[in-house]
Amino acid sequence: MTAAAFGALADTPSSGRRRAWMRSEEARGLALISPTFLYALALLFLPVLIVIAYSFWTQDYLDIDRTFTLENYRQALTEPIYRDLFIRSLWISLTVSIVTVVFSYPIAWFISFHGGVHKNLWLFLVTVPCWTSYLLRVMSWKVILGYGGVMNTGLISMGLIDKPLTSLLYNSNAVVITLVHSWAAFAILPIYVSLQKIDRTLIEAARDLGDSRFKAFLRITLPLSLPGIISAFLIVMIPTVGDYVTPRLVGGKDGVMIATAIQAQFGKGANWPLGAALSVTTMVLVSLTAAAVVLALKFTVRRIR
Amino acid sequence: MADRPMIEIANVSKFYGIYKALDDVSLTIGEGEFFSLLGPSGCGKTTLLRSIAGFETPTAGEIFIDGVPSLALPPNRRPTNMVFQNYAIFPHLDVAENVAYGLKRLRLSAQDERKRVGDALDQVRLTGLGQRKAHELSGGQRQRVALARALVMRPKVLLLDEPLSALDKKLREEMQVELRTLQKAVGITFILVTHDQYEALALSDRIAVMFGGRIAQIASPKEIYQRPRTRKVADFLGGMNFLKAKVLGEQGNAVSVDAARFGAVSLDKPQGFAATNGHVTVGIRPERLRLLWDDDRAPHELAGRIENRAYFGEVTHLTVGVDGLEQPLSMVETNNFGADDLPVGAEIRLAYDPEAFVLLAEDPPVTRV
Repeated sequence: MTAAAFGALADTPSSGRRRAWMRSEEARGLALISPTFLYALALLFLPVLIVIAYSFWTQDYLDIDRTFTLENYRQALTEPIYRDLFIRSLWISLTVSIVTVVFSYPIAWFISFHGGVHKNLWLFLVTVPCWTSYLLRVMSWKVILGYGGVMNTGLISMGLIDKPLTSLLYNSNAVVITLVHSWAAFAILPIYVSLQKIDRTLIEAARDLGDSRFKAFLRITLPLSLPGIISAFLIVMIPTVGDYVTPRLVGGKDGVMIATAIQAQFGKGANWPLGAALSVTTMVLVSLTAAAVVLALKFTVRRIR
Repeated sequence: MADRPMIEIANVSKFYGIYKALDDVSLTIGEGEFFSLLGPSGCGKTTLLRSIAGFETPTAGEIFIDGVPSLALPPNRRPTNMVFQNYAIFPHLDVAENVAYGLKRLRLSAQDERKRVGDALDQVRLTGLGQRKAHELSGGQRQRVALARALVMRPKVLLLDEPLSALDKKLREEMQVELRTLQKAVGITFILVTHDQYEALALSDRIAVMFGGRIAQIASPKEIYQRPRTRKVADFLGGMNFLKAKVLGEQGNAVSVDAARFGAVSLDKPQGFAATNGHVTVGIRPERLRLLWDDDRAPHELAGRIENRAYFGEVTHLTVGVDGLEQPLSMVETNNFGADDLPVGAEIRLAYDPEAFVLLAEDPPVTRV
C-alpha cells in the first residue's frame, strides 16, 4: 500500500527530494507511529477539543447555544457544591496516591533487592489481582468492609468490638482503601523498574564511605529511584481524581467525587456545557496538583545530602 | 616491607556452597606498603579484597586491620576505602558532592569541607572540575574522582579493585605512574587487585600471586619475576621456556641438574621442591636467550633454526627449534640489530647464561570442585 503511494508521488516535480525524504529515518519513524498517532488524534485529542468547545457554550433546553460564554466556568468554580467536590476529589486522589506509593515502595524494594531468582514470580503475583474485573475487585471490598463483612466479624470474634462498625463502608476512607488496593500494582511496577536500574555498587560505595544501611538508602537508593516514585505517583493520581465506579459503589454520601457530578450533568442534568466545564476544570486542577507534587518531591529529595 | 603490620589476614576461607573462593589464606601487609593481589579471574583476589572492605564475610579465619579484629565490623566502620572497578560514581551528584560524600558524616564546617574536597581534587589533578556531573567525565576522570572520594576520607588502607582495567593502554600506563606517585605522597597502604602482571610488577612493593583461592607466592616484583616458585607463577608472570631436567645431585641448598642441550646447571632449591622420578622442571625467560651475530662468541652457545617470527614493533618474538629439545625455544630480540629481518628457517646461534635458569616446584593439585 505504501509502496504504491511512493510510486504515485515519484512523478511530481520535486520528486527527487521527496523520495530522499521518504527514505529518511524521520519518515520511517513517522510511518511507524502514524497508526497510533491517528488513533490518538481521532479518539483522544478531537474528543477533548469537543469537550473544551462545549464548555464555552450554553444549553438551551434541547439545543446548544454556540455563543461564547464563561458562565459554565463561573458556576463550576463558585458553586459551593462543585468546589467541595473538587476539593474532596483532589484530597482523596492525593491521599490515595501517597498511601499507594508508601505501601508499594517497600514491596518493590523487597522484590528488587531480595527477590533473588524469584523476581519474576513475585512480579507475577503482584499482577494477579488485576486478572479479575475492576468491578469485582471493588465489590469484594464491600464484602470485606460491610456491616456483616469479613472485617467486622473478624474484629467481633477477636473481642475487640462488640457490635459491627458502620464507619468502615460508605465514606471516603472506604474509597481510599479500595483505590489503594486497585492501583497498588501500577505503582509497584514503575518503582521496581527504577530500583532495578540502580547499580548495586553505588550502594556499596556509600557504605564504604561511612553510611549505615539506612543512610545509604536515604542518600543513594531513594534519590535514584525518584523517577519511579514520580511516575507511580502520576499513574495513580491522575486517573483516581476522576474515578467514578469506586465512589459510586463504596463511597456512600460522603465519598461522592467530581466524576459523579460530571456524569449527572451529561445524564440526568442534561447540561452538557456545564459537565464539559467541570471536566476541563478537573483536568487543569489535576495537572497543577501533579506538577506541584512532582516539584515538591524533587525538592525534598534534593535536600537529602 | 614496612615495619608495622597494617593488615593481617589469618587463615581466611570463603565457601560458596562447596565452591572454595578462598582456601586458608594468610598474609600480612605492612603500613605504607603498595601490595598487589595478582591472578587470573576467579582466583579469589577480588573476594579477598572485598573481605577486607567488609562486603564479603569469610566463612573462617580473621582479618585484623591495624590490629583490630574486623570481621564483625560493617564496611562503614572499617578504616578502609575502596576504588571500585566501575568507579561507582554517584550519578545524581556532581564531582565535588561525590568527593564530599563521606565527609558529611564528620560534620565539618562548610569551609573545612570545601578545603578538603579541593585538596583531594588537586591531588588527583582534577582542580576546578568540582561542578561537573558524573556523565560529563571521561573514563580517566571518573577514575580520579573515585580515587579522590576514597582518599579524602584519609583511610588507613586504600583498596583498589582493578581500577585501571577499563582504561585504554596509553591512559592506563599514565595512571600507573600517577598511582605510584600518589601512594608515595600519601604514604598509606594500597592494596591493588589486578590480573595484569605488568601493572602489578610496575606498581607494587610486593605481589601475592593467587590461583584457585590460594596464595602461590608472595614476593617483590623482581623476585617473583626472576625467581618464580612454581611453574604456574612463572607462566602467569610472562613468557617462560620450560624444560624437563634430570637431577644430577643435591648439595645443601643447591641442586645440579642436566638441562638437556643446555648442559649441567646448578640451581637454588625453591621452597617445597621435590623431584619426581629424578626429574624436575626448570625454566628460562625468553629475553635471557640472546641471538649471536656473525663473529660473536659466548661461553655458552646453542645452535638452532628459526621456526616462527612475530614482529611487535620494538621487539621481535622468535621461536627457535633446537635439536634434542622437545619444545622449540621462544626468545625476544630487540629490533636494533635486524632480528626482524631474519627469515623463517634461518640457522642461528644463541647465547644463554646458566645463572638465568630457575628450578620450579610442582603446583599443588587443584582441589576445587
